[in-house]
Amino acid sequence: MPESSCSPCCQPASIGKKIIMALTGLVLAGFVLGHMSGNLLMFKGPQAINAYAEWLHSHPGALWIARFILILSVIGHIWTGILLTLENRAARAGGPAIDATRRASISSRTMPYSGIVILAFLGFHLLHYTFRKVALGGKDFGEDVYAMVVFGFSSPAVSVFYIVSMLLLCLHLSHGVSSVFQTLGLRNERWRGRVDLIATAYGWIIALGFISIPLAVLLGCIK
Amino acid sequence: MVKENGNSDQHGRTLSLRLRVWRQNRGQPGHFEEHFLAAVPETASFLEMMDMLNEQLIREGKDTFAFDHDCREGICGMCSMTINGMPHGPLPGVTTCQLHMRNFRDGETITVEPWRARAFPVLKDLAVDRSAFDKVIQSGGFITVRTGSAPEANHTLVPKQVADEAMDAAECIGCGACVASCKNGSAMLFVGAKINHLNILPQGQPERERRTLAMVKTMDEAGFGNCTNYGECQAHCPKSITLDVIAKLNRDYLRARVKEFFSSTGKPSKGGE
Repeated sequence: MPESSCSPCCQPASIGKKIIMALTGLVLAGFVLGHMSGNLLMFKGPQAINAYAEWLHSHPGALWIARFILILSVIGHIWTGILLTLENRAARAGGPAIDATRRASISSRTMPYSGIVILAFLGFHLLHYTFRKVALGGKDFGEDVYAMVVFGFSSPAVSVFYIVSMLLLCLHLSHGVSSVFQTLGLRNERWRGRVDLIATAYGWIIALGFISIPLAVLLGCIK
Repeated sequence: MVKENGNSDQHGRTLSLRLRVWRQNRGQPGHFEEHFLAAVPETASFLEMMDMLNEQLIREGKDTFAFDHDCREGICGMCSMTINGMPHGPLPGVTTCQLHMRNFRDGETITVEPWRARAFPVLKDLAVDRSAFDKVIQSGGFITVRTGSAPEANHTLVPKQVADEAMDAAECIGCGACVASCKNGSAMLFVGAKINHLNILPQGQPERERRTLAMVKTMDEAGFGNCTNYGECQAHCPKSITLDVIAKLNRDYLRARVKEFFSSTGKPSKGGE
């Protein structure tokens, strides 16, 4: 057995933390794709999305397993992210008086900030459409998810917050998805450009898919 | 971009510079000192320009600036200046000693700082303590060989591609520019280069897992940061080592962890037969 000074769970090595970040990020990146695909049923009309919501709720066991994995991933991702950010700030010791950047992308340098906004968004989004406590005017929509979403996005302020958050998610994913490959050792100079392209495309597909719904409600395409 | 100033001599163009150089004694807070230096030949290397500055300071009866240097041929890894925010200066793929003054403008202000990282404390002025790298090497940057008579040259066959790949990693001169350029103060390009150099050669196989775990552990203990895939290290490395070595280090670390976790104990467990 390893004779590590401390148990790997409380103080994982640098690369251990990277791997936790990558695997939890992978779960979350996969989740947003599933979530976004489901949301697009809004364009098929009230029956489609309401039937989908009913189907999800008719499998409480599977739903709770998925939720459990997601909650664990969110906690792991945030906890490791905070650890990494604090350790890295300390290791840099202030940095040079003039800090030139040759290659690091905007997305890579803003990961903690885009992450914090996405977390705030997640909190609002859960209160909004999952617990139905805010920004719904105290109405009871019951099983009618379609009507709830249309009502929720008819407020421009709420829609703009959703759209801005999704653009930040795009930024977060464009660095995060390509980093998953690097951290798991599945990248080389030949594949670097392609993987970065795949990650950017993935970020945009997710963001535009999500944004299409509040935008459609605001423009009156979905009523 | 280049401004002619008419002060040409046998060296060609000369430059007048305003230099902001870091002054610090060990354990004390530091500050920038401003100096003007005239008639710097464009053919001078950056270190020769620093020599000129020090000679001027001696003539003025002032303290010189301490800085590291040795071979001045770009292969020893001793020179270590952050020039205008860039480790080894504005020219990619070269060390400070191989950077020439023709890459600067006449009248330019140049800011010269030491490597900035917690794991590299300042010894004096521009010289930092890079013994953290030595500790990483001591913990696993070696192979165990039989000493004595020279071994038969073809005893261990190394495919050409593997030899080339190991050589690419072995190009690392251990200067520390990767740490200085990293916004996380991470040493993973250095450790990745050293681990790859030995881990892909047949001679490095017996200690492969032990080496990987030990060098990463020492790296963490030395106070380096964690890689978040910025790529600044590759862009500033004077030997142009690529992020490939970090990807392979991650892969080797994962492999070593799994092998260690499921390593054979050699005996049946107490609950067993």
